[in-house]
Amino acid sequence: MAVQLTKGNLAVVIGALYSGCDCFFGYPITPATEILEEASKHFPKAGRKFLQAESEEAAINMVYGAASTGHKVMAASSGPGISLKQEGISYLAGAQLPAVIIDIVRAGPGLGNIGPEQGDYNQVVKGGGHGNYKNIVLAPNSVQEMCDFTQKAFQLGTKYRNPTFVLADGVLGQMIEPLKFPEKAETPEFNNEWNVRGNSETKDNLVTSIFLDFKQLEDFNYYLQDKYQLIEDTESDYESYKINDAEIILVAYGISSRIARSVIDQVREEENIPVGLFRPKTLYPFPKNELKSIISTKPDCHLVSVEMSNGQMIEDIKLAIECTRPVTLVNRMGGNIMDMKSIKDEIHRIHKNSEDEWVEF
Amino acid sequence: MNNSKERIIKKADSLNDVFTRKGGNAMTATHYCPGCGHGIVHKLIGEAMDTLEIQDRTVMISPVGCSVFAYYYFNCGNIQTAHGRAPAVATGISRAEEDAILISYQGDGDLASIGLNETIQAANRGEKMVVFFINNTVYGMTGGQMAPTTLIDEVTTSCPAGRDPNFTGYPLHISEIINNLKAPVFIERVSVADIDHIKKAKVAIKKALEIQRDKKGYAFVEILSPCPTNLKQNTKEAQDFVNTLMEEEFPLKNFRDNINTTEPIKRLESDFTKETLDNIFNIDEENDLNIINDSEFKPIVTKLAGFGGQGILSMGLTLAQAGVQNQKHASWYPAYGPEQRGGTSNCTVILSGDLIGSPAVHDINILIAMNKPSLEMFEDNVRDGGLILYDDIISDYTPRDGIHTFKVPGTKIAKEMGNVKVANVVILGILMETGFTNIDPKYYEAAIKEIFKNKQKLIPLNIDALSKGAIWAKENINL
Repeated sequence: MAVQLTKGNLAVVIGALYSGCDCFFGYPITPATEILEEASKHFPKAGRKFLQAESEEAAINMVYGAASTGHKVMAASSGPGISLKQEGISYLAGAQLPAVIIDIVRAGPGLGNIGPEQGDYNQVVKGGGHGNYKNIVLAPNSVQEMCDFTQKAFQLGTKYRNPTFVLADGVLGQMIEPLKFPEKAETPEFNNEWNVRGNSETKDNLVTSIFLDFKQLEDFNYYLQDKYQLIEDTESDYESYKINDAEIILVAYGISSRIARSVIDQVREEENIPVGLFRPKTLYPFPKNELKSIISTKPDCHLVSVEMSNGQMIEDIKLAIECTRPVTLVNRMGGNIMDMKSIKDEIHRIHKNSEDEWVEF
Repeated sequence: MNNSKERIIKKADSLNDVFTRKGGNAMTATHYCPGCGHGIVHKLIGEAMDTLEIQDRTVMISPVGCSVFAYYYFNCGNIQTAHGRAPAVATGISRAEEDAILISYQGDGDLASIGLNETIQAANRGEKMVVFFINNTVYGMTGGQMAPTTLIDEVTTSCPAGRDPNFTGYPLHISEIINNLKAPVFIERVSVADIDHIKKAKVAIKKALEIQRDKKGYAFVEILSPCPTNLKQNTKEAQDFVNTLMEEEFPLKNFRDNINTTEPIKRLESDFTKETLDNIFNIDEENDLNIINDSEFKPIVTKLAGFGGQGILSMGLTLAQAGVQNQKHASWYPAYGPEQRGGTSNCTVILSGDLIGSPAVHDINILIAMNKPSLEMFEDNVRDGGLILYDDIISDYTPRDGIHTFKVPGTKIAKEMGNVKVANVVILGILMETGFTNIDPKYYEAAIKEIFKNKQKLIPLNIDALSKGAIWAKENINL
């Protein structure tokens, strides 16, 4: 049937296969390992290429090679593995190669533990490697979106010739939910303008990120920034929930956004406090104009960054609204899933303060 | 050509006439120093590419090091890579493009130091690529530092007193290391120090590329090469250094030549049709089961817990599937990782008429416990008015007030059925019959058929276990 109970990590592989992904290169790491295992099981059944690499660095460089040919290609890992891949990701960005990278984030820093966290926000959204580059970053919050956003990542990566992340977490990777399967299967299209495929049509092409000449490299960097500006103008995406009358806006992505949504339902029903949700579906580009526009009619609103990290997204929220409203942080770390009580406590604190202020006036 | 006095006497088509990618005002001269071996090796590779007619198929991988600009010179597909990663990049291309011929061109720092893992692993997999390893005992591009292949007592800018093995170990013999692996087809160490050596090198380089033309697998050619600039030698000294000191440490020889006994490698052909994918995932377009929002159906949170091997996770999955069969939202979330391997096992299943928030919530409506630690760990999470079913292998338990608590004979009935493994399904049948999940029994049956659709012969046993549980519940549970 077209709706099947599916694990988040498998949904990624399904999305990739229906997107026409031809090569998977990976390395085992909890809680992303099922992506590797499912790819090893399913890719060869469709003649697609699967290889377990000797290291995270080798895996991302195999991605670099396969991406150079114009085939759709992906890798998957988690926190420490993404740290190791950063060199290769900088090279992908520098050589303008499309590739999809899945990050099933676990708790850090260092070896940390394998519980779910969102502490890779900075290293993925801000670019954890060297140089002036950006990854496109999509943030699913359900098994359905693990599949759908993987497909979207392939589209955007190809469209902009840019590495594209699906940034998820241990919960989304490990949980099972109904998945509606894709209705189409894509076939890769090649581009003889830049692909290097080992044939006469692409013989004159060069994939590189080296520019010895300072002016050339600066020009190339400006060219990249123009591309990123276009991505910011075109691709930012978000979802809101009960935000029209909200005076307290929870900002959350991924699994935290679902917990925030449950809190909003409860607090509205039980206490009638006007709370809403702003959920970025793209973290780069961060939907800053959209958030700014929403708060423009709410002079007294208060924003709360709800994240399983140490206030990494809160910086983007403050920049988006240019610090014109108070923004506070509710967070969990260390492998703990965001809990409803912490969010409710913050809502109560803000709500009480606003009522006190009202009395003073 | 920018200098009318220059005349090319003989040059391979596989090398460019004018090095436009290099630019500058001497576009027919390489960037290599006088007396360097790279130019000679480039020439030999280019000539072999011409002879074997593989120019169109060839992709040259430029590494980091002096040959970082190999793409200035080779008239074929070119890819520049990160330091030491060329064999991994070549692997990626080779897997993606069946017909491509990969040349991984690397120096000693790139190949034997920062990229040693990639080097050995690609060789060990027998990837379809040739690795040309330029060994000149020194880091060239950065100005003459110690390399893994630097000779004992050899002076470099980072071992100014000469290499002392007590502090920095001994020269690495890469061809010998590669020769310990089974997969490589061809391994040879040659030299380009003088004309006689160059002639022998030419033969080895051509053979390594012939193996690529015929898709036979991995070939490795180590080339001892002079670096007069960094080793501060004149032409004669450089030649002597390679011919005597280097050869003494790195003897020239063919280590392996299986070209005539090796069959071509064939990879799978990619299939992008939807039909194939739908088959892989058992997609049945006829069945248009969909999740439907139903605000009347309030969320039911069930925690299932026990020992690993009691089928806890699959019991939870069957419960979630029953919800899906009834077109409800469903989520299943396990305790994963070391916990999973530590002998205990638990998962949380939520069935809901609306979108599910967190799949892992603290407060639960139903607890199914199949061992005592699980019962003790989660009993306090059960909300007032909730349900606890615990297997009767657990003894001495005093139920909490306000919770419907039942000791159930899951393991006992399963043993009577002759298969203790279905204890989980018996308990699921009991749960079904209590009505606490608000899911009609027919969806439980449908769930078992869906879960076991690839193991059809297990369906009757499991349906039987489900109904035996239900019958027991009917007779023994009064709510």
